This record gives sequence, structure tokens and C-alpha cells, in this order.
Amino acid sequence: MDTSMLLVVGLLMIAVAYFAGRTRSISLASGVGGVKNLNSLPFYYGALTALWCGIPSFILLAIWLIFDDFFIAQIIVQTLPDHVKDMSDAELGLLMDTVANVAQNSTMGLSTEPHILQAAERLSALQQTNQMAMTVAFLSAGIILMLAAWLKIHTSMRARVHVELAFKWVLLGCACIAIFTTIGIVLSVLFESLKFFQAVPFTDFVFGMEWSPQMAIRSDQVGGSGAFGAIPLFAGTMLISMIAMLIAVPAGLMAAIYLAEYAHPKVRNIIKPVLEVLAGVPTVVYGFFAALTVAPFLRDSGAIIGLDVSSESALAAGLVMGVMIIPFVSSLSDDVITAVPQSLRDGSFGLGATQSETIKKVVIPAALPGIVGGVLLAVSRAIGETMIVVMAAGLAAHLTANPLESVTTVTVQIVKLLVGDQEFNSPKTLSAFALGLMLFTVTLILNFIALQVVKKYREQYE
Amino acid sequence: MQAVNQNNAATDDSAELKLPSDDQATQHKFDGKTVGHPLSDNPKMSMRNVNVFYGEKQAIFNVDLDIAQNQVIAMIGPSGCGKSTFLRCLNRMNDTIESCSVTGEFILDKQDIYHPKQDIVPLRARVGMVFQKPNPFPKSIYENVAYGPKIHGLASRRAELDEIVEVSLRKAGLWEEVKDRLHSPGTGLSGGQQQRLCIARSIAVSPEVILMDEPCSALDPIATAKIEELIAELKENFTIAIVTHSMQQAARVSDRTAYFHLGKLVEVNDTKRVFTNPEHDLTEAYITGRFG
Repeated sequence: MDTSMLLVVGLLMIAVAYFAGRTRSISLASGVGGVKNLNSLPFYYGALTALWCGIPSFILLAIWLIFDDFFIAQIIVQTLPDHVKDMSDAELGLLMDTVANVAQNSTMGLSTEPHILQAAERLSALQQTNQMAMTVAFLSAGIILMLAAWLKIHTSMRARVHVELAFKWVLLGCACIAIFTTIGIVLSVLFESLKFFQAVPFTDFVFGMEWSPQMAIRSDQVGGSGAFGAIPLFAGTMLISMIAMLIAVPAGLMAAIYLAEYAHPKVRNIIKPVLEVLAGVPTVVYGFFAALTVAPFLRDSGAIIGLDVSSESALAAGLVMGVMIIPFVSSLSDDVITAVPQSLRDGSFGLGATQSETIKKVVIPAALPGIVGGVLLAVSRAIGETMIVVMAAGLAAHLTANPLESVTTVTVQIVKLLVGDQEFNSPKTLSAFALGLMLFTVTLILNFIALQVVKKYREQYE
Repeated sequence: MQAVNQNNAATDDSAELKLPSDDQATQHKFDGKTVGHPLSDNPKMSMRNVNVFYGEKQAIFNVDLDIAQNQVIAMIGPSGCGKSTFLRCLNRMNDTIESCSVTGEFILDKQDIYHPKQDIVPLRARVGMVFQKPNPFPKSIYENVAYGPKIHGLASRRAELDEIVEVSLRKAGLWEEVKDRLHSPGTGLSGGQQQRLCIARSIAVSPEVILMDEPCSALDPIATAKIEELIAELKENFTIAIVTHSMQQAARVSDRTAYFHLGKLVEVNDTKRVFTNPEHDLTEAYITGRFG
């Protein structure tokens, strides 16, 4: 039985276990005067039987599937002739690939060497045995545990408690998925970055003022030495993010104040969804809006007043990114402003404050931590934003504070470094991981600060 | 039997919308004419023919009432009788409620406070308000008290502001407790202290009238006693209107008592008279605890 078939059979087995457990509990219940005298509802007995049947056997299957290839390969290598065993890891890997290919389609005649043909035959045989053993182990584990659970069912069994407990563990497992994925991402980026830092010193990367990620293909190549200073990239990212925040924070905040404090409910019910539609526009659409509409417009209007504006200016990318973030800021701020208790407003009005005084001196200060938290989340978003800057910002890394010039950002460079055919262990490619790690660290710190601020905000009124 | 009917009518009504409605039993018993002495020789505020509506629903019916200078008037009555609504009309706090419309005459020292040209900012500086639940701003104790004087520009120098804050806190009986921590947050005080802070905050702008909307309903008996003591002292400088659910409180702190029932003003008399020998039998039914 192949693996996908095995999964289907496994699910059927679980279904059978559920009904078997349920039926047994009901039949036991008739002996003690009905379902109401059971410790738990029949559903729980069924679920418990199904859990006992399913979880251990599926865990067994998963472990088996993870390790079987490794062990089979080990056995094959053991039986290879001695001169082959002494080869380097890379060559051995190549050989094993050949063996696998021969084993799959032996008629192709990829190799005539006898030890490879022998190994391929052995591989096919082992794989068949393995599949068989796996099927038997999986099904027998499932059936034995199902029977054990089924036999254990009696009227005073606390099936509900056990099922609730299992449910809790399932939830915990789901929560762990996100955590382990994050750890996995960090580790993979970290290890690639460490490889990069073996080629380029850490300080050169973090404090270097020049970015031109070229690596020599031949050792005598002219101009082949690269410079991996990340400062121009982070400066570019900061410049564009700053322009974006200069647009998004005032506009978003004031929109939120209007919506929360002044707008008539009817107006609010129209404006709020419209504003949130902005958040639903794909960033790639913003990207070509920035590249094809805003950037040429800025260049032309700059030319009219005698300014030399690059056609891929930081300003264009920043402006459009700012517009993209407005709904983010306004929606978060709207929530915290609405959360400020009405009694505070009443207190201020009762002292003779006008509406704008109340907003300025009571509502905004009370909501400030929440607003700051929202703004910091928006900053993380701006820093990590890719599509708009890939299309609208430049590719050359200039270290400048002039928003009319073209700058490049970390995300743009990561895209540039990893797009196309690349050698995966040259410093040029690995530098993308180092940039990713830096970016991850920066946004992580910002998110951490944002969460701390938001936490403080929660304690504000009580 | 009659009283039992009244009881049902009152509770049903408050449970429903907290708004009074025309009730057969009431009309049978109460003809809409206030008994006692709703008017005063020395009024600070005079209200005539006041009607308040929430949308279609009428909450106050033809109320005439004077609030006398430097006196405490208590407004009592069952839930939903309109006493809080009436109080909130006196400094136009109901303006913020969209569906609420107010008609009638409200005179504060010969000035019509609902006149179209009346600015509510100076009005609320003259008629301050203390709310049911203590609502200090999430600022320091000092900033809470200084808030009003700052927005009205009452102090030009820091020293003046310091003095206003100290005097207000002293008048509210809070100075001794907080003088060492003026710059710690006002929300960190106990409930009773917070309410006294709110009183200090409203007297900092030197109002003439202070409206109190059940100021002790969220406080324990000791904090309540302190506030009541404070009200007795404040009477010398301010005119006070207090809404309360506690008849003992009304009896302790007020000079005059107004009894509201289903949006109508039933009886206004000296507090002593109301609690010893009420003129109207609805008042008597309420203060003897037969309903409410």
C-alpha cells in the first residue's frame, strides 16, 4: 500500500473507531438504565477511542516516513564496494542519486557498472519491504490500540475528562506551530548568515558605507571584489519609511480622530469601509501606481520648478507607501480612540472644555500609548514592504538624505540578490540572508517595543 | 392595593427603557401639579416649563423649579424618573446626546442658558459637574486639578496655578492626603479620593453652581461620609444640586428636596418637611419605601 492510500485507510480506521466506541458506550448504557447514567456522553467514548486509534499510529507513521530514506541509504552504502565508500560526501550523494534513478527506471541504462546495478536492485527490494513493514506496523498499531481502548470502555470511565485533555494538547500543538516556524526561519536565516560572515567580516557588513555585491567569478577578474556595507541600504530603507510615516501618521491619525469623535454615524459607516478598502489593494498595484504615475509626475513637476528629481525617487516610493499605510494607522488609532471611556470626555466637557480641547488634552493623551503602538506596527510594515520599493525605488545604493534622489532598500536588494540563477554559496547570495537577518532583528525590536507600549496602555484607565 | 400597583408601574417602566411613560395609575393619582414650594425667593437658577424628549419619548413633563442661592437641593425619585436628565440640562450636558431635545426656560442669574447665542464653555465653567463614577483623567493629581484653570486661562503664572491647585484640593479635603504625591497619577487614588479629586477639579474653575449626579453611588460608607461632610462645607461658597438614590443622604445633606416621579416633579419642600410630613402621598409612598 502506498503512503497516500495508507492515510485514507488510517482515516477510515479512525471513523470506525469512533463509531465502535460510541456504539459500545450506548450498549453498555442500556445495562445501567440509559445514557444519563454514563459518566460521559457517548460522543466522548467514541472520540476517545478514535483518539487512541489515530494519534499514536499517525505519529508512528510520521516518524517512520521521516527516517526510512536515511536508514535505507545507510544500508545501501554499507554494501557498496570499498573504493566507492571512500569517496567524498558530494560524490557519494551523486552516486546514490544515480542508484535511485536506476532503481526507478531500470530500462534507461544510466549506468552499466555492476555495483550500481546491484545497489539499485537492493534499493528496490528494500523499499518494497519497507513499505510493507510500514503498512503492517501502522495498521496493527491502530487496530490494537483501537481494540484496547474499545475494551477499556465501561460505564464509569471518565471519557469526557480525557477528551478535554487531548483537546487542550491539540490546541497547544497548534500554538506551537507558529512558534516553531518562527524559530525555524530564524535558524535557517542565521546559519546562512553565519556562512556569509565567514566570507565578509561582521563589522564590514554592519558599518560598511558602500554596497556593491559583486564577486569575482575568476580570481584575476578586474573590479571583481565586492563591497558589502549595509549602511546605504538601511539608510535608504529609513528614508523611504520616514517619508511614508510622515504621510501616514498625520493623515491616518486625523482621519481616525474625525471618524471617532466628529463623524455622524452615517458618515462613519461610509468612510470607514472605504478607507479599509485601501488596505485591501494589493501592494503590487500600489507599486505600479508609484512607478508609472507618481514618479513621472514628481519628476515632471520637479522639472517645472527647476529641481532635478530622479525618476525613481525615494519621495515617490515613500509617498505611495504612506498612502498604503494610512488605513493601517487610522484603523488602529480609531480603535484606541473609541476605547477611551466616554466618562473622561464628559468630565472634560463638564469643566467647559471644547471638543477640540478635549480631544487634544484628554482623549489623545489617554489613547497615546495605543496610538504609538499602532504607529510602531505601521513602521515595521513600512520597513518590510517590498513590492512598492522594488517597482518604484532605485537599484543603486546611494548614501543620501535627499528624497529626490534614487535610493535602494534592504528588501529591494534581497529580491535582486535572489532573483535569477545564482550560486547558492557565494557571498553575494548569502548576503541576502544577512540582510534578511538584520531586517528581521530591526522589525522584531520594533514589534517588541510596540507590544510593550500596547501592554502599558491596557493598564491605563483602571 | 393602590401602592402595590404603583410599585409595579415604576419597576416595569425603569426596567424597560429607564424612561417614564404615561401611566394610567399615575395620572389617576398625580394631576401634574407640583405641590410644596418649587419656587424660591432667592433663586440662583430658575427653570420654567421644562420638557425634555429623547426622540419621540418624553422624559420630563412641565417642570418648574428654582434652585436657591447657597443651598443644597436634593433630587430624589425612583430609577428612570428623570432626575438625572433634569440635572444634566442645567449645564447643557445633554447637548452631546443627539436625540435629546430640551424646551423651556433655564435662567442662571437672569441669563437664559439655552439662548442661541449662549456659549457653553463659560456656562460650564459657571455650572460645574461631578459624575456618578469617579472619572479622573489619566494624568497626575496636579494636572487633573490644573486642567480646568488652564483651559480657561485662569492663571498666568505657575505660582498662581500652584495656588489654585492647593486651594481646590484643600476645599475638597484632599490636600493632606495627596500633598506629597501631587505628580503621581490620579487614577492611582482610592475610589473616594478619586471622587474628591473630581470635586476639586470642578471647584478649581470657581463655578457658582455644582451639579452632582449620584456622586457617592460607587463609594463605600466611609468615603460617602467624607463627601457628605464636604458638601456641607461647600454650601457656603457654592450652590449645589445633587441627585441621589439614598434618601438618608438627601435627608443629611440637603436644604430642599425635590421628588420626581415618572418625569414629573411631584413635590418640592424643605428637606425636613419632606421626610417628616410629606405633602403628597406619592412622596410618602416613596420615602417610606413602598416602592422605588
